[in-house]
Amino acid sequence: MSNSKILANSVDVYYGSKQALFGISMDIKEKEVTALIGPSGCGKSTFLRCINRMNDLIEICKVSGSIKVDNEEIISDITDVVSLRSKIGMVFQKPNPFPKSIFDNVAYGPTIHGLVDSKNDLEEIVHSSLKKAGLFDEVKDRLNEPGTSLSGGQQQRLCIARAIAVNPEIILMDEPCSALDPIATAIIEELIDELRLNYTIIIVTHSMQQAARVSQKTCFFHLGELIETGETNKIFTNPDNTKTQDYITGRFG
Amino acid sequence: MNNSVAKEKIVSLRKKRSLEDMRFKYYGFTAMCLSLAVLVFLLYTIFSKGYTAFQKTIVLLEVDYNQEVLKLTPDSSDEEMEKGKFFRVKKQAIENFFPDLSKSDIKLVKKLFSINVDNEIKDYFLDNPEVINTKQQIWVTAHSDVDQLLKGNSRRDVPEDRRKLNDIQLSYVDQLVEENRVKQVFNNFFFTKADSRHPEIAGVAGSFMGSLFTLFTVFILSFPIAIGASVYLEEFAPKNRITELIEVNISNLAAVPSIVFGLLGLGVLLNVFGLPRSTPLVGGSVLALMTLPTIIIACRASLKAVPPSIKEGALAVGATKTQAVFHHVVPLALPGTLTGTIIGLAQALGETAPLIMIGMIAFIPNIPTGLTEPSAALPVQIYLWVESAERGFQEKSAAAIMVILIFLFMMNAIAVFLRNRFERKW
Repeated sequence: MSNSKILANSVDVYYGSKQALFGISMDIKEKEVTALIGPSGCGKSTFLRCINRMNDLIEICKVSGSIKVDNEEIISDITDVVSLRSKIGMVFQKPNPFPKSIFDNVAYGPTIHGLVDSKNDLEEIVHSSLKKAGLFDEVKDRLNEPGTSLSGGQQQRLCIARAIAVNPEIILMDEPCSALDPIATAIIEELIDELRLNYTIIIVTHSMQQAARVSQKTCFFHLGELIETGETNKIFTNPDNTKTQDYITGRFG
Repeated sequence: MNNSVAKEKIVSLRKKRSLEDMRFKYYGFTAMCLSLAVLVFLLYTIFSKGYTAFQKTIVLLEVDYNQEVLKLTPDSSDEEMEKGKFFRVKKQAIENFFPDLSKSDIKLVKKLFSINVDNEIKDYFLDNPEVINTKQQIWVTAHSDVDQLLKGNSRRDVPEDRRKLNDIQLSYVDQLVEENRVKQVFNNFFFTKADSRHPEIAGVAGSFMGSLFTLFTVFILSFPIAIGASVYLEEFAPKNRITELIEVNISNLAAVPSIVFGLLGLGVLLNVFGLPRSTPLVGGSVLALMTLPTIIIACRASLKAVPPSIKEGALAVGATKTQAVFHHVVPLALPGTLTGTIIGLAQALGETAPLIMIGMIAFIPNIPTGLTEPSAALPVQIYLWVESAERGFQEKSAAAIMVILIFLFMMNAIAVFLRNRFERKW
């Protein structure tokens, strides 16, 4: 049995006066893929963005409760969000490469964190990150071309490479395949399966098949509440809660 | 419901709708034509009034560089040559200009020449010192009254007392024309000289440089401040009552009449801080205050237009807020920011009222060489010339308007170029 990596305890999130999450408690294990599923607006992305404090960007968003990453509280004023985010990478719904070269996209993180001393080191990190993201062979001859010139699936893998270049322990993925075609999706799913060996991954997805394919644990959210959490196999074959049952069988959502 | 009646109703309504469509298209087309016509009319008036200013009239004068008259010798040093008695040479040349001139006529003939002729005779000599003791045929600048007469700008069929040139002078001018001793050439003075009381040697070089120095000051002062303010307001400032108030007031400031900024410059910059009056430094500072809101508004708009996903991407790999903003958001917003700045500068270029308040309306006959030297500015120069009584200044003011318009077109072209060159897709 692997250890707890992230431990959330009764997390409430408010957007202004509207409560978006109600007492979410969750235990996420190390080096596993956890899928967050649920209908639109159920708060799964909101929860994901609490883990690397991306909700700080939204002025009216207030988070209370406790989330511990490696036993360290991150929902507090003294949390160093910069080091937190270098430990927890994130891949967004829409691929968002910087309008710079492919090389610079990946090199940006290591450069600002001072992870490298020489140009060779930087090159090595960029190359190995691109390899880990399964993109290197496709782009090795055109690292100086803009990242935005790649196809959607490639852009998303570039974003994954960018995230893993700073050597995170956790990768958050917010519907990473929703803007991609089935082939690109399949490639990303394979990649997630490989990345699981080295990283703890939390993925928000609308596709239940995807959740079933890539995750070991699945959490079902509904109207800001965590309805059920458990082994993916169990959730999809024999859920405890009738709401979960209804959702995965397509009766609502 | 009767089916065919309903159908008829639909058809007639459809006809009405397409007619409406047509009508609106013609309204739009007419509106566009009207505005184009006004623009063409404006440009035509300016051009037709001003193009003659690009030519000047010159007269052929025979000058005898006699060493006795000049009080120079062929061995004189450069310094001595500078002090040669060229006005005596000129006097002699004019006295011999027409054969058998009476004393009173000499005075009249003298008035056919520009005041600048002394200098021209001198410059010719300094360039060719070997002409000493020889007679030279030199083309010299005619007086503005002759210039205007030959360009057809002033009429000769009005009574003598309402003319600048009397009948005797007219007859001499006619004689010159007959003998082919006058011609019109490109007016280099217009582009190389500063303002003057004499229209034939007045130019825009002084006010052009003044405008350039002023715009430089505006850019140096307003660009960094505007970037700083808009980045802070857009990316860092908390959204609360105070920032809201600031935002509203920035928009209000953009609508404050420019003369108010001029009064501010007069009251604070000149009287309290004692900065030198009539200088591009003060003019630029005042105009910088005036253009700041415009630039800030443009800056903020272009910062807003940068997709937030770019900033999120940077933050997600652990960039600090400052890094995310200055590595990613600001560079992407830069083309829009620059465009806004240039438009602000163009606005500043055309501004007259505040410059009058801080004394840039003074008569400055030299070309300024620095920010703290008194100087004019193009729009003020136009104002001064339009006000002048001499006919020669009329074409000058139209020509100066052409210069300022070309300046503006060029600035706008640069703005468009920058926008196209640096605009990035994401």
